[in-house]
Amino acid sequence: MKLKNRVLLFLLLVFLLVIAACSGDGGANTDTSDGEGDAGNEAANDGGDPAADAEAAGDQVLVFARGGDSESLDPGSTTDGESSRVTQQVLEGLLEFDKDSFELTPGLAHDWEVSDDGLIYTFYLEEGVTFHDGSEFNAEAVKINFERWANPEHEYAFADEGYVYSMYGTMFGGFAGDEGHVIEEINVINDHEIEFILNQPLGFFLQNLGMSYFAITSPAALEEHGAAINENPVGTGPFKFVNWSKDDSIVLDKFEDYRIDGLPKLDRVIFEVIPDNAARLIALRSGEIDIMDGLNPDDAASVEADEGLELLTRSENNFGYVGFNTQKEPFDQVEVRQAINYAIDKQAIADALYAGYATTAKNPLPPGYLGYNDEVEAYAYDPDKAKELLAEAGFEDGLDIELWTMPVARPYMPDPETVSQIVQNNLADVGIKANIVREEWAPYLEKTLQGEHELFILGWSGTNGDPDYFLSSLLHGSNVGSSNRNFYQNDEVDELLDRAKRAIDQDERADLYAQAQALISEDSPMVTLVHSTPVMATTKNVVNYVPHPSTSESLKEVELSN
Amino acid sequence: MFSYILRRLLMLIPVLIGMTLITFSIVHLIPGNPAQVILGETATANAIAELEKSMGLNEPYFVQYGHYLMDLVQGDLGTSLRSKAEISKEIWPYIAATFELTIFAMIFAVVVGVNAGIISAWKQNSWFDLLAMMVALIGVSMPIFWLALMEQWIFAQELGWLPAYGRQNSRDPIAAITHFYVLDSLIHLDFSRALTILKHLILPSIALGTIPMAIIARMTRSSMLEVMKSDYIRTVRAKGSGQFLVIYKHALKNAIIPVLTVIGLQTGVLLGGAILTETIFSWPGIGRYVYEAISYRDYPVIQSGILVIAFIFVLINLAVDILYKKIDPRIKY
Repeated sequence: MKLKNRVLLFLLLVFLLVIAACSGDGGANTDTSDGEGDAGNEAANDGGDPAADAEAAGDQVLVFARGGDSESLDPGSTTDGESSRVTQQVLEGLLEFDKDSFELTPGLAHDWEVSDDGLIYTFYLEEGVTFHDGSEFNAEAVKINFERWANPEHEYAFADEGYVYSMYGTMFGGFAGDEGHVIEEINVINDHEIEFILNQPLGFFLQNLGMSYFAITSPAALEEHGAAINENPVGTGPFKFVNWSKDDSIVLDKFEDYRIDGLPKLDRVIFEVIPDNAARLIALRSGEIDIMDGLNPDDAASVEADEGLELLTRSENNFGYVGFNTQKEPFDQVEVRQAINYAIDKQAIADALYAGYATTAKNPLPPGYLGYNDEVEAYAYDPDKAKELLAEAGFEDGLDIELWTMPVARPYMPDPETVSQIVQNNLADVGIKANIVREEWAPYLEKTLQGEHELFILGWSGTNGDPDYFLSSLLHGSNVGSSNRNFYQNDEVDELLDRAKRAIDQDERADLYAQAQALISEDSPMVTLVHSTPVMATTKNVVNYVPHPSTSESLKEVELSN
Repeated sequence: MFSYILRRLLMLIPVLIGMTLITFSIVHLIPGNPAQVILGETATANAIAELEKSMGLNEPYFVQYGHYLMDLVQGDLGTSLRSKAEISKEIWPYIAATFELTIFAMIFAVVVGVNAGIISAWKQNSWFDLLAMMVALIGVSMPIFWLALMEQWIFAQELGWLPAYGRQNSRDPIAAITHFYVLDSLIHLDFSRALTILKHLILPSIALGTIPMAIIARMTRSSMLEVMKSDYIRTVRAKGSGQFLVIYKHALKNAIIPVLTVIGLQTGVLLGGAILTETIFSWPGIGRYVYEAISYRDYPVIQSGILVIAFIFVLINLAVDILYKKIDPRIKY
């Protein structure tokens, strides 16, 4: 049969071509022009920049690999870290966070003023700044962006296309018309001066403006792209968007007219998705990528030993915990909660699962945050004390409980399954029989929200560097049935948190939060386990890269040495 | 022949409608609220309610199905809840990526499998036969992810011959036209890129193609043994044809028919079952697309993804049936 013969011949040819491609490379892996094959060779690391091919040799092209793709490049419409990691490069907000902390620095606003009553914020904007599409950045652009987040009816809100700006709602007390919404009006004073009028003071208003979610998009681009703005981001940032291949790569190029002279230093940044942690490390070792996020803590030692690589850590900005449903018996008794706190060996968890990249936690707030209360005494590991307290509460014969364990790894909890087993063993030692309950992630979050659980394992990460985001979200009575999965309600704590939220004087706020932590520790609505320091790695060629606790850092000052 | 193809195509309509109902129902039986998953552990009850409303998830089941079907008829696969992009625009690169991988995996499986099967049958009970059948046995019983990790470890990390992940050199991405990167690089007349892209295909193709390769080898061997015993082969031999000609020209034509069925079925299986390979090798294919969608409860994407895979599966079966006729004129419709 002629057809079949031809098909077979073709298949054979293709196969031979593949074989040739494979073997031709093994022999000459240092001088192939495509640079891909030798990239796989560890020895090539000594040769400087192994994977850059001839045409790209002089270019500053950085490849940043991460575990998942971005959801949306419209910063306000998303809450996920992989999205802000990219939008951080393309768009800028009024304020920025410092390189390695949540200290505020100027962004598109070079200066700002707050009225004494904390209700009027005036921002002085940078002049002569242009968006990537060539249109001019001005106060009107800021106003349009904030209004589109606040008002679902706004022409650029795209509510019909499924856009919800949930981070705006969370940080500014809801949306236009909601009772708690704090932004009353936004007034353009002139092109470079804008005024936000609040209907009540908000202690972390400025802190919110540093978040990458509230970065400014070009109004001309909103007009042009409409709801497709999430695939065509246009900002004033150091890099402009070029191309997005979903679940593969996002390519950004240097913005030549960037408002700061001499920046950015890189010509091109490529965000690459490599889901598997081990494969990502292989790619880094072979020089195919320059920076990898999400290193397994267990691999940290081998990265440190590797001469071609650099190990980096993000500062602690999270904590993992075992929470109680404090409205369910017997966890409504403070003795039982304290007993469980004494029974759990936090240090053992930190040592066993985080390879040293974690410290034990005593407050539901990472150290270094405004108002962190270092005076609070940690519950030490003390099984005898735990048994005593249980006896006091009337459970000398032991207890039978449910321990819910989360099914996914998070930065604050790389291995929840093992954590729950350690907790189970610790509890068995004091006579509590914990039955581990497993649920899928979506139902897990839902059911713990509805209070079906007894004990549960979860954690929390900071976004704006303000204690309110930790303490109020997790422990304020008004968030029961929402983010307060401990069902914890203490009027005194609520009042302290409310006052701190409305105060503008940061020292006063610090004091109020410190008081709240003391009360919370006494009430013990959760067992705070550890703060983790997420680890990542780069090749030695990467210069000036500083990981930010928010997981989104600007790459504008990063360069590659040769 | 033409009316047969037309009839088969028309039969696709009820099959597809049935499929939409099944996938729609299964997807909606998955526990967990997509709004909750999208917003994560930091979500407030208000935000979840808002998102549910905007996604239309608070409408009754059949209303949602009705909307879905109406849109589908108009060629609208819906909008991804997660990326807010139109699925019909978003899905092609994923399909192309999977197709490319599947084609190369099947080339590997067919070329190696058919030839190993023929030689095994030809030299029945020789050392080659024993070895090939042993390899085939190991091949069908080997977990794909294990094979993939071994390949990465040996050929990427230790020997450094081949890239461990992705479809191309990530520093130098290709300007995609068809999203079949091999084809795109040839259109650009960029042969060094084509070589790079082929190299990226080798490890995942072998990982994905090993199981069908083993199945095809065994199928070819038994089919060949059967045919070699038949009278017409004896006749051909008696006429003095050489061994090679007897096998590849006369025997293979009949022996290949059952093998074709297996090849068709396996191609369909690979298309849908590439999730593990795609994840391990960071291959942005349809398997990964649906997998990510499942973990986000991205209903429209899961539905469309499964529907597209099923549709392709049906088309491949149709192609196999048509090919039968080409190869064996005795088959009547």
